[in-house]
Amino acid sequence: MLEAREISIDYGGREAVRGISLRAVPGEVVVVIGPNGAGKSTLMRALNGALVPSRGEIFLDGKPLRSYARRAVSRRLAVVAQEAELRFPVTVMEFVLGGRYAWSSTSAWGWETERDVEVARRAIEEAGLAAYGARLMNELSGGERQRAVLARALATEAAILLLDEPTANLDLAHQATVLRLVRARTDQTGAAAVVVTHDLNLAAEFADRVLLLKEGRALATGGPRDVLTPSILRELFEIEVLVDAHPVTGAPRITPVHEARR
Amino acid sequence: MTFVKRETATTGGDARLGRGAHTTLRRTLAVCMALALALLCVGLLAALVGSERLPLGGSLCLIFRGTGGGCAMTPEQQAILLDLRLPRILLAASVGASLAAAGAGYQALLRNPLAEPYLLGISNGAAVGTMIALVFLGTQAWARSLMAFAGALCASFVVYRLARGRAGASPEKLILAGVIVTTFLSSAIVFITTMMDATRIRSFNFWLLGDLSGSTTGLLVVGAIAALVGTVVLTAHGRALNLMMLGERDAFDLGVEVERVRLIVFLAASLLVGASVAASGSVGYVGLVVPHLVRLSAGSDNRMTIPAAALAGALFVIVADTTARTIIAPRELPVGAITALIGAPLFVYLLRRG
Repeated sequence: MLEAREISIDYGGREAVRGISLRAVPGEVVVVIGPNGAGKSTLMRALNGALVPSRGEIFLDGKPLRSYARRAVSRRLAVVAQEAELRFPVTVMEFVLGGRYAWSSTSAWGWETERDVEVARRAIEEAGLAAYGARLMNELSGGERQRAVLARALATEAAILLLDEPTANLDLAHQATVLRLVRARTDQTGAAAVVVTHDLNLAAEFADRVLLLKEGRALATGGPRDVLTPSILRELFEIEVLVDAHPVTGAPRITPVHEARR
Repeated sequence: MTFVKRETATTGGDARLGRGAHTTLRRTLAVCMALALALLCVGLLAALVGSERLPLGGSLCLIFRGTGGGCAMTPEQQAILLDLRLPRILLAASVGASLAAAGAGYQALLRNPLAEPYLLGISNGAAVGTMIALVFLGTQAWARSLMAFAGALCASFVVYRLARGRAGASPEKLILAGVIVTTFLSSAIVFITTMMDATRIRSFNFWLLGDLSGSTTGLLVVGAIAALVGTVVLTAHGRALNLMMLGERDAFDLGVEVERVRLIVFLAASLLVGASVAASGSVGYVGLVVPHLVRLSAGSDNRMTIPAAALAGALFVIVADTTARTIIAPRELPVGAITALIGAPLFVYLLRRG
């Protein structure tokens, strides 16, 4: 379990995150929502151990995150970030095997074991890329690459997934695919997930809990139905929204109401 | 129908590059053994050709049995083989191995296949170090190599600071950083040259272009040890470099101690460049051409790319140097001229392909 207690983070010469508490509990998906510059990515980088909070403490399985070696963190905690530009010809399989780095041992001479390859193969299958293992990453479409990034995170077998805008640049179908994969992990293996997204409707559908961030502070936190209300969202984004129930799922459905159209 | 067929052919993928979905230890060993065998054969052949052609049987006999083995070689031929050709071939091998392995290391670190010690000015850094050692510290091999190492380390640090960006070094930034460091250090070289006497300047200019003829036993020994140690250290960090090559942030997320690996790779690559420049000057483009060809044929896994590039680099410089000393025999070209003739067009090709 990953738990942030009252953390503040200085980033870029200012306090980007102020007094945030957050728990990633097994089996749950926590979605973090907020306007641009609200401190979402900074929060994620701190949860991952890349940034150290100036105040407060982050606990991983009951011990301070800072007290772990990097490899030990990476065995428990996997990150899906925006994909970076690739300048080398790397196959999908090689890319996904990167997720096994933290498990490498000297007994295999720094090479992947059969189990590593098997885990990576299964992750590739889960991400719907079964036929793509030997393809080069830079030959894939944006959506396929993003799924390969997710497959790499799944291959770490980490119990906590941190996803920073995993559905950006994806079309409608693939957005749902990615979040369904995350949901399946949390439901089946009891993993915990923290997801940053701008898509309120996806959040409403997939989240167990929602954290709304504004200017580095927690504006509200709770279940999607309690938090994704017109008045709170108006305060968060400073724009009118219409919230009704999704006709099929019953989850809150959020539609912005633009001034000019009223 | 044809579309479907083509689709399955490309998704198979294995056939195109003749490799599976990922690199294994067994395949790495096979590739390296094949390259080592080729290196041995080419090294031997290179020992036979030159302004004086040596007999194969006698030479083999001399190499394996030594001078007391009663081989059919004149004392002159013996001297040519043992005192001139073999040391020079060994030097070519260690220089080639060093530069190619260092190139692969810098490329992974800077996340750009265009990174190369010569083009980034790192060789020039080592050259300045060597010259400072020559002018102020005398001609001991260790002083020369140590100062070259220090120079290479400083230059690679500056290049890294200038070129790095969040998405790695873009080609534009990388080349600009290289130009800045190279021109600055070239001025330093000119400045130091003015402090030398006129007779040494000519041999110096030759050395600067990359020349294997003016080396010493001490430099050869230092160079060979450095080549071995540097390549082994880089290869040992190959798996971490595979991730660093995709981005330092990703590598950190996946468990790489990025700062430690970066420092080690800097030290190892600078050791390689320093030792080879101290012995042979700035032989250009080896670190670009060789890793590129290795990646093209064997894949991008650094656990394979680095040792295979070292072996292929040794092969490449032996061939280039043999060409350099035979093509206008009995006179010689600097080996750097040959490698640049091959490397520069490839660089243009890589740049255009983006």
